[in-house]
Amino acid sequence: MYSQRDRFVAFLMLMPSIALIGIFVYGFILQAINTSLQDWGTNPIANPPLSVDVVKSYVGGANYSAIMTDLLEFSFRNSLINTFFFTLFFVGGCVLVGLFLALLLDQKIVGEAFFRTVFLFPMSLSFVVTGTIWRWMLQPGGGINILPSFIGLEPITFQWMSSRQTWLGFEWAQVPTLLTYAGLAILAFLAVNYALSGKRRPLIYVIVAAVVLLTVWLAGWWEYIWLPLDTPEAEPSIAPKGFNAALIGVIIAAVWQMSGYTMAMFLAGIRGVPEEMREAARVDGCSTLGVYRYVVLPQLNPIILSAMIVLGHISLKIFDLVFAMAGPDNAQTIVPGILVYTEGFRENSFSKASAIAMIMLSLVAVIIVPYLWTQLRDEK
Amino acid sequence: MIEPMTESAWRRTTAQVVLYVILILLAVIFLTPVYMVLITSFKHPETINLATSWNLPETFYWQSYLEVLEEFAPRIRNSAILVVVATLLSSMLGSVNGYVFAKWRVPGQRILFPLMLFGMFIPYQAILIPLFEFMRDIDLYGGLAGLILIHTVYGLPITTLIFRNFYVDIPNEMLEASAIDGADFFRMYGEIVFPLSIPGFVVVIIWQFTQIWNEFLFAVTMTSTASQPITVGLAQLAGGEAVKWNLPMAGAVVAALPPLLVYIILGRYFIRGLLAGSVKG
Repeated sequence: MYSQRDRFVAFLMLMPSIALIGIFVYGFILQAINTSLQDWGTNPIANPPLSVDVVKSYVGGANYSAIMTDLLEFSFRNSLINTFFFTLFFVGGCVLVGLFLALLLDQKIVGEAFFRTVFLFPMSLSFVVTGTIWRWMLQPGGGINILPSFIGLEPITFQWMSSRQTWLGFEWAQVPTLLTYAGLAILAFLAVNYALSGKRRPLIYVIVAAVVLLTVWLAGWWEYIWLPLDTPEAEPSIAPKGFNAALIGVIIAAVWQMSGYTMAMFLAGIRGVPEEMREAARVDGCSTLGVYRYVVLPQLNPIILSAMIVLGHISLKIFDLVFAMAGPDNAQTIVPGILVYTEGFRENSFSKASAIAMIMLSLVAVIIVPYLWTQLRDEK
Repeated sequence: MIEPMTESAWRRTTAQVVLYVILILLAVIFLTPVYMVLITSFKHPETINLATSWNLPETFYWQSYLEVLEEFAPRIRNSAILVVVATLLSSMLGSVNGYVFAKWRVPGQRILFPLMLFGMFIPYQAILIPLFEFMRDIDLYGGLAGLILIHTVYGLPITTLIFRNFYVDIPNEMLEASAIDGADFFRMYGEIVFPLSIPGFVVVIIWQFTQIWNEFLFAVTMTSTASQPITVGLAQLAGGEAVKWNLPMAGAVVAALPPLLVYIILGRYFIRGLLAGSVKG
């Protein structure tokens, strides 16, 4: 239909953007991988004092094994744990609050537009603005902390940003075991689901995955994937692992900012359920709650999953909110996004920063690649 | 017959009241930070005190805003230039890309499009260090031009996605008819696609405007003092230990105002941009 020449023109017009993305995304990622495999002028023999040019040499996976095993590099391991708990509570909080708000707003509310605007406006703010505001709200001796005293209760004395308290404590060396348990629990849940709904093919995949996981665990192969610490006995005392209470404030601020987003997504999804389907359920004797439980929510499942993935990847790369709320040097609230900044741009440890960044990228890729794959496949 | 009906009507009224009470309560909670920011920003620095942080200001002290505006003036200018130029560049390129991806089957498009989209999900920390070296090598590090280039490039995936999803809905027949009339690639864009894409441009421009205005990672790593945008200024204002809270609060209001106004005035388009981030239009 279209001329061959125009097809060529179309291709040419796309080229500048493809080239830019090629360099700025993929070229730079390759370069970062390369940097993460080198030492950056830390070799004293190759780099005598006051030398101008940095002499780099390849060190293989040394940067990676250092951040995973070296006693002094515990910041990265703590940041991983923080990211895990932050993601869990941030995503969970946004989904629950967003769902609640969307269900409330679906009740033919007078002034719906007003409420929607109020719940969604934090989305338009910068994380730096949010962080600054909430730092003030949580100042010890003021803001939220003195609210209970207005009704005669004791003020809150919790040290939001500087608490050293941890909950759900565990040791770093236990992580492979915990991951195995969590993985098996999820697989068992899926297996029961697939077995009950009679889906044989996914069931087989789940069983294979469980067998692989069990083999890795029982054969002791975890230690090749999750390198054991150099001095496992010292880690718990110098860098205890668990859910850092200092993260709670950051989570509250993040949920305040982002639950409007889940609300908007869920509300769009609820409105997308045809009225006839709801009506049919009502005719069949469903109560209002029943309509939501059996008709609306199942339709919402893919949207909830999308929201979780989008929020999950935001939380894996969170940087500005923690920076503005707790500062870049707060050990209790450290996250990988901030470590790349401090290691790379303040300490000039480019290689270590690159290794951390590549681990961040892998974590994001693990959730985003399958997401993009399914989203785009469905479209064809 | 009448008795159960009134009872159910009564029950419905109670449910309605409970519903609105919950909604209003939630709205108050969501707006509490706004109240705190505003009252603190209008308090005299001498009167700011943790124990009275909820009280309204005794006197209306607006000089904090003058102070902040004076300190932020160069940063606001930087942010304004950055936002306008980078938004325009990335939306124009995105529009052409979206047109090509939606209406022209280019070789390798089924691989190129997802590869491009992946660029909007990566943690920018992953490319930060090579980007820093690259910008230094091409002599754009630390300046506003460099930051504009960065935001233009990393804005391409989302602008391309939104425009592509927008253009897919334009019927192919319209383009085919004009192709038969002898229109080429550019005439089809100029005569059919572009005139139809004004709402698409509004969505994309609003989205890019808020994203770039609010961005912090590139802003703090890729600039020098002279080229810092407003978010860096705010972080510095609020970052010190012994802060006078009237200034960070006034700064937060100033930094929040442009995207907030856009959101309040053009909320519908803002939400469309927001939902576009989940890939399917």
